[in-house]
Amino acid sequence: MKANTVASKALSIAVMAASLILLFAALALDFTGSGFKGRGALLVVGMIGFFVGLYLFPTPKNHRKIVYIIFLFPLLFTFAVTVIIPLVLGIGYSFTDWTGVAITKNVGLANYSTMFHDPAFLYSILITFIFVVLNMVLINLVGFLLALLCTSAIKATGFFRAAYFLPNLIGGIVLGYIWQFVFNNVLTKMTNTSASILSQSKPALIAIVVVYLWQYGGYIMLIYITGLTQIPGDVLEAAAIDGANARQTLFQIKIPMIASTITICTFLTLTSAFKQFDVNMSLTNGAGSVPNFMGSYLSNGTQMLALNIYNTAIAKNSYAVGQAKAVLFFIILAVVSLIQVRVSNSKEVEL
Amino acid sequence: MVGKKKRNNGIILTLVGILIAVYILFPFYLVVMNSFKKQAAIVANPISVANASFAQFKTNIDTVVNNSNFNFWYAFGTSALITILSLVLLAVLGAMAAWVISRNNKKKWATAIYMVFIASMIIPFQVVMLPLISTFRDVGKFVGISMLQSVPGAIFAYCGFGGAMTVFILTGFIKGVPYDLEEAAAIDGCSPEGTFFKIIFPLLTPVVTTVTILNGMWIWNDYLLPSLMLGQNGKVKTLPVAVQAFVGSYVKQWDLILTAALLAILPMIIVFLIGQKQIMHGMVEGAVKG
Repeated sequence: MKANTVASKALSIAVMAASLILLFAALALDFTGSGFKGRGALLVVGMIGFFVGLYLFPTPKNHRKIVYIIFLFPLLFTFAVTVIIPLVLGIGYSFTDWTGVAITKNVGLANYSTMFHDPAFLYSILITFIFVVLNMVLINLVGFLLALLCTSAIKATGFFRAAYFLPNLIGGIVLGYIWQFVFNNVLTKMTNTSASILSQSKPALIAIVVVYLWQYGGYIMLIYITGLTQIPGDVLEAAAIDGANARQTLFQIKIPMIASTITICTFLTLTSAFKQFDVNMSLTNGAGSVPNFMGSYLSNGTQMLALNIYNTAIAKNSYAVGQAKAVLFFIILAVVSLIQVRVSNSKEVEL
Repeated sequence: MVGKKKRNNGIILTLVGILIAVYILFPFYLVVMNSFKKQAAIVANPISVANASFAQFKTNIDTVVNNSNFNFWYAFGTSALITILSLVLLAVLGAMAAWVISRNNKKKWATAIYMVFIASMIIPFQVVMLPLISTFRDVGKFVGISMLQSVPGAIFAYCGFGGAMTVFILTGFIKGVPYDLEEAAAIDGCSPEGTFFKIIFPLLTPVVTTVTILNGMWIWNDYLLPSLMLGQNGKVKTLPVAVQAFVGSYVKQWDLILTAALLAILPMIIVFLIGQKQIMHGMVEGAVKG
């Protein structure tokens, strides 16, 4: 037994040592600027090998702790590299003259000042807020009405649910192009007009709302259906016995009883509309003329916040300003989410 | 009288339902129908069935599939590879992390990790995307692993971005799994990792399904992350990026664009027809818990 432990201890230490040598060799190659192609593989093998060695270490007392570390590490590592580090860097970069590749100096709040003096950006914020409010109201209303329809005593509700949900399966890019076709070629043909509604800013914004409603309404409907079917049957029965009519049942029983579902759907539509990017890009790509906004002519009549950030950085190549806009975007979403937590918590206390 | 009124109501509601279904499915009809036509026929009349033929459908498909910007099979394979591997990794790694967090939920470090995960769920992709690309490029160059324009890089990023929500939903579920099960296994001499993989992980099937559906819908349809990480004109493209590149090169060629759209949406529709119930259930579960 004891010899066994010694042997496995030796094996474990040998594996760990070998892995560490590989790791350091890889890092040494990195720092000396070697072009050796295999250095990436060395690093990965070294890292995995180290954990294998750690796992093999025969320690009944601490084995559980070692397993915990090995189980947590992969996800935490990817999470830190893809979310935490870029977030910290990104907030820092927004105060510099970052070009996407290099930084030469700290510029303080200059990027933020530039963005708040940019009418096109302020316009994007404005239409994003309008879009968000319109969407929140319309999608919830339509989703709820569809849910009532699909929970009523008619046939084929299963088919209706699936059909209404279907658009949600499709990614925004493809969906935007399909609707571009509908607006530009089909609708103009059907109404016998030459100009598509996508060619003017305001109708085009309505078009984005219509497409988004088409995509998202069925999903919100599903959540409302779940809420409605969770209302206990005896409550509805009691209401019927007491002589409540359909409208009374709806407003005084059904809606109050799905208050928490309404909260969920409201914030879900709110945050997703805020982040809307794909449909905006493929349907209009933000184009549209605005004759006069704060005294200047704009050509981004349908460009919402997320697309504005993307275009600022990628198309116009001003990474630092784009990053500053993104930080503001983050702050807005964080505030919205905090309000959501507040509202949900206060609701729970009431119930 | 009452019965008759009720039946009439039912008929009206059914008719309304059918009308809405026609409206919602109409764009799908247009996509399918016009994939069977020539550009001239589409422009002349985009709604009618006239001039649609299987021969034309085959021509359109051939043109699109073999187009160098679209390269359907390659894009489909890339999308499938990235989605499937990310989903498997997220399910396994997410469950491992969630198990550790929920079994140590009285300890400060576990609570801290959990809180960071929850808080990170509000971070929009826009605020991390630019530094992410530059970090991946610089680190990749430094250590000699190409993280951009590579499938492993995209999978790595999806594990990072999907991790928080996955852990959040799974932790909530694992907290409800009785601890006695694990104690019994430990008394029988089962190691902690053995307990997890043999006893706990199989119990997570319903919630892992939910998480996989949510992540799958997101990863398969995602455009921004692959377009930035893999590049619009790079060799490696996912399906949404390929559609975007293809449409950019064929402005107003609706016969080809709609055929490409059909090819792009078909895989998801097929998956939906097979697992309709699970998908609709999973999407709701995820929303209500997340």
